Amino acid sequence: MSKIPTMAELAAEGKSPDILFWVGCAGSYDSRAQKVTIAFTKILNEVGINYAILGNEESCTGDPARRAGNEFLFQMSALQNIEVLNGYGIKKIVTTCPHCFNTLKNDYPALGGAYDVIHHTQLLQQLIDEGRIKMKEGGAFEGKRITYHDSCYMGRVNGVYEAPRKVLEALDNELVEMKRCKSNGLCCGAGGAQMWKEDEPGDKRINIERAEEALETGAEIIAANCPFCLTMMGDGMKAKDKQDEVMVYDLAELIVNNNGL
Amino acid sequence: MLQQIVFFLVSLAALGFAGWQFSKIRRNVLLGQPETISGNSGQRWRNVLLVAFGQSRMFKRWIPALFHFFIYAAFLLTQVELIEIFIDGLTGAHRFFYPRLGGFYVFVISFIEVLSLLALIATVIFLIRRNVLKLPRFTKPEMKGWPFRDANIILYLEIALIACIFTMNGTDEVLFNRGQSHAEGVEGLEGSFNFAVSSWLGPMLFGGIESESLLHTLERTGWWGHILVVFAFLNYLPISKHLHIILAFPNTYFARLKPRGEMKNMPEIMNEVKSMMGLGDGNGEGDMAAMEEELPEFGTKDVFGLSWKNILDAYSCTECGRCTAVCPANITGKKLSPRKILMDIRDRATEVGQKLESKDPQYAADPDKPLSKDNFDDGKSLFDYITPEELHACTTCNACVEACPVLIDPLDPILQMRRYEILTLSQGPGDWMPLFNSIENQGSAWAMSVDRDAWTKELTNE
Ligand code: SF4
Ligand code: SF4
Repeated sequence: MSKIPTMAELAAEGKSPDILFWVGCAGSYDSRAQKVTIAFTKILNEVGINYAILGNEESCTGDPARRAGNEFLFQMSALQNIEVLNGYGIKKIVTTCPHCFNTLKNDYPALGGAYDVIHHTQLLQQLIDEGRIKMKEGGAFEGKRITYHDSCYMGRVNGVYEAPRKVLEALDNELVEMKRCKSNGLCCGAGGAQMWKEDEPGDKRINIERAEEALETGAEIIAANCPFCLTMMGDGMKAKDKQDEVMVYDLAELIVNNNGL
Repeated sequence: MLQQIVFFLVSLAALGFAGWQFSKIRRNVLLGQPETISGNSGQRWRNVLLVAFGQSRMFKRWIPALFHFFIYAAFLLTQVELIEIFIDGLTGAHRFFYPRLGGFYVFVISFIEVLSLLALIATVIFLIRRNVLKLPRFTKPEMKGWPFRDANIILYLEIALIACIFTMNGTDEVLFNRGQSHAEGVEGLEGSFNFAVSSWLGPMLFGGIESESLLHTLERTGWWGHILVVFAFLNYLPISKHLHIILAFPNTYFARLKPRGEMKNMPEIMNEVKSMMGLGDGNGEGDMAAMEEELPEFGTKDVFGLSWKNILDAYSCTECGRCTAVCPANITGKKLSPRKILMDIRDRATEVGQKLESKDPQYAADPDKPLSKDNFDDGKSLFDYITPEELHACTTCNACVEACPVLIDPLDPILQMRRYEILTLSQGPGDWMPLFNSIENQGSAWAMSVDRDAWTKELTNE
């Protein structure tokens, strides 16, 4: 596996990448999300995208702080990141996290950070459309029943429903929608900094409600596009004792598995 | 003549009182902070046409949308008939437009009649839905008591209105048949008005009545009943969720057009952080000193801290519960209900408005100065209505925002109140402390002992 280039290294050589890969906290540290990060870099390398990461110069976008109400902390994180991004003259960013995507795209401009931000599922769709990613015939997922869980921040918040579904289509499997999907999709329960706290008192955890709905489709695979959704749905499967039968994957992982990268 | 004078005075009183009531709503909305709603007015008119007039958001669920549309269309078109009622009422004419518009008049009234009949069916179904079927979204805790009665009152008024229309047209039809209608230009004529419904319903219901004076009395009762119910309605609106029939229009026009994912920036905090980080424009120091002296409040504690648009949202809320029905927190039994947030904001704004009106000095923050919205403290706030538990349950999933048929944003006030809790009260869920600490100290949402790029090293060692 080739080395992952960082901005600092490229800058030292006087080069600049076409696109910055924003890894995010989950993608950097969470063991489940790391796998997605690695899968995505494999695809980037395979396709030959000229990219770089910020490495240790990246810090939390501040999304959970802002949505929890801690504006001071958000501003500190965001302004620091914007310093770094603008310092490198970054124009285009791709990220595997819908929360990072949203914050970079929608929250940063008011603070002086305006970038062209895309989510990895959008980039994957583009690459498939352009023929730069070719799906292997008869891959591991051909004909399998897959259901797709819309993340709130790609779906309802940013209106991206089709790109991830097109990627699934290219994998040639049978997509079965859950009862609540697309603009009516149910949250996994992690947004708004819920990821870091216990649920408020209630009858049920949100991820259990969603996991049950996903199981009702009879799908063998739940596809997602968000590190938090992955965790929540994965936990949901464990709670329902289905972790060995129903797999939860990010779209990038599906492509990597399919093509044996 | 007497009738005309009575009509004039009743209209004046009803419209005057309604105007006064509406001015109070306006005052309550303006308790909020100024906010300029920016963006293309073409897009905003589109919202008014599609969402308010066209009810596009309602049509996510076909069946209720269709029934609601009947009631809405009947109501809207009945207002056309009101023009004639006013002319007749003030001039003493009877069916002023009948001889002037001829066939077109028959068409318009027929249209209203058909819609009224459909609306009647819809109203009965809506009553059943609330009172017999007890649909879950209508029976949540925040719907107990007044909101429940309010919804029923409206439906009863609707039935009364339709009954008046058919009594009026039906008896007039019977009178017309006998050449006795007072309609202009038809004295002595026999035949039928040919209105779509009352031409058969009228004779069926009232044909057996011999006495013409009784028929005339009934006709007048229908006429007066119609206009009086409309006046009652108008004056009832300001204390009812039914205010949405008016406010849906401005509310969709003023709906924010910014990206959904963008949270309102707080320039005062941004500038302070910039100056702390040495990024400022040089005048940061002074700002900071000033801020510390004043002990500023951040976020929203009460209606005064909200934007006027948040309060307009609250008064526009139809209490339909579409937001609550899709809220993941509510679905899983948490206390949060986005509808309740809106109802609480409205009730608090109304309470503050009433207290300001009372001019009672006990509500003044500074008793030496006159009571005003800038000099107000009744010892209460929105936090007496909305508990932290509700605020903490929100996942910011935007399902409520997506669901609302009148483009209300229930999420924005939740986030503003979270800001108050964290920034001003320094409270909030204990679980968030480690999150905040690690973002602050390590630039990461989790406290980790390894570098952020550690995963790349593992990868290259593979
Ligand atoms: S954004 Fe919050 S209040 Fe609205 S539906 Fe989602 S969890 Fe409920
Ligand atoms: S906020 Fe909108 S969706 Fe929710 S109850 Fe009010 S009108 Fe209905």
